[in-house]
Amino acid sequence: MSVRQSLLAILNQGPCYGYQLRAEFDRRTGSTWPLNVGQIYNTLDRLERDGLVQKADIDADGQNYVEITDAGRAEVADWLGSPVVRTMATRDELAIKLAIAVTLPGVDIAQVIQVQRTATMRTLQELTRAKNATADPESSEQLAWLLVIDSLIFAAEAEARWLDHSEHRLARARAAGLAAPLPLNTAVPKRGRPAKTAAASA
Amino acid sequence: MTGSDILLQLDGVSMQYGCGETAITALAGVDLSVRCGELVAVMGASGSGKSTLLTVAGGLTPPTAGEVIVEGHWLSQLSARELATLRRRSLGFVFQDFNLIPSLTALENVSLPLELDGWTSKRAHRPAVDALNIVELGDRAQHFPSDLSGGQQQRVAIARAVVGGRSLILADEPTGALDSTTGELVLRMLRSRVDAGAGGILVTHDARHAAWADRIVFLRDGRIVDESRASAVTSLLSGLPA
Ligand SMILES: Nc1ncnc2c1ncn2[C@@H]1O[C@H](COP(=O)(O)OP(=O)(O)OP(=O)(O)O)[C@@H](O)[C@H]1O
Ligand SMILES: [Mg+2]
Repeated sequence: MSVRQSLLAILNQGPCYGYQLRAEFDRRTGSTWPLNVGQIYNTLDRLERDGLVQKADIDADGQNYVEITDAGRAEVADWLGSPVVRTMATRDELAIKLAIAVTLPGVDIAQVIQVQRTATMRTLQELTRAKNATADPESSEQLAWLLVIDSLIFAAEAEARWLDHSEHRLARARAAGLAAPLPLNTAVPKRGRPAKTAAASA
Repeated sequence: MTGSDILLQLDGVSMQYGCGETAITALAGVDLSVRCGELVAVMGASGSGKSTLLTVAGGLTPPTAGEVIVEGHWLSQLSARELATLRRRSLGFVFQDFNLIPSLTALENVSLPLELDGWTSKRAHRPAVDALNIVELGDRAQHFPSDLSGGQQQRVAIARAVVGGRSLILADEPTGALDSTTGELVLRMLRSRVDAGAGGILVTHDARHAAWADRIVFLRDGRIVDESRASAVTSLLSGLPA
């Protein structure tokens, strides 16, 4: 989704060929989420199918250029003008891990949280080092890179804060006698194929 | 361990407040060392013993067990007088509640540790002004603490802790009252002192600030439960574009 629109936005500056698009995407995002050429061509195929780009010239080196269409330009304007809506569709691995872990017997949740906290803080330390090495950006590429790093830093910070918060919440729950493991629920409504014996006795 | 570049060492340090039934164990067998050029952050929930660790490390209270060694001196073996001198010369302390002297101006507060150490006020003036300038309070030098905002008082306290180039800086939530830009200013100052060869302990609950440290130790109920060390090379990013 954002790859599709990013490539389209880059094409809005002028026709490009596949490898060139990949390089442009990389240098504008600090090479943080490198794309492979396959992804680029797949995306271009879909953009062409949807009428947002079309084939342009083939240059002397045999590079196939792609150019944006009017519909493509409108899509770019639309993308820049509207908010990115984060959906619940992308599962948060960590939230799921903790949520499951609290329901299991014999799991030291404080330890699970601490292991994660240490890893998160190490990430944050590395990002901070990288950022501090470039306090003042000297080019647009560096500026873009710093924006991406800042975003990763704030995301890691949010994760650390959430871990602290979860730890407090669990401590309170434990003090209140909650936070007991969930036994398997045998009374769940059954779906799908009933067991043969059950069918026979019915 | 050669020990030559170790500024601070805590060996099996425990701290108990009170005694008997109501005793509170604030630290339980903490081992920690800080080298020259190293900034160590301490994180942990409220009441986990962070401030206690700093007070003990700074020789403000003796531990109930264990040993604190600052620049090779066993604090337990120093006379009160020697300890006071060591604290003045080598340690810069930023307290959680600033601890400025209300009857002294910002500038006087900052130059006080130098003057206590025998500097004339004339000689102490320059470094004190420099330290205030670094925290961007040069224009408030003649103000009294009561006329400064919380964040400004905090910055005065930080200037006082680093003035005169002391070798070990112990800072308890030094960015607590600051907005994020001013907080970064303080961190950058702390970092540059440490990069110039000092050592530091930074107590903070702010993950983004702790991340400026070379090492982060996590305290829980008076014990160090884990540690995060920044690796020299980051594996996360392919690096800075030219
Ligand atoms: N002077 C004192 N007398 C008795 N108990 C004390 C004293 N100072 C601290 N404590 C107790 O020792 C424990 C550790 O306190 P400390 O101030 O070191 O925590 P902290 O980690 O700095 O917390 P915070 O994040 O709230 O500043 C707490 O249980 C506290 O109540
Ligand atoms: Mg404290």
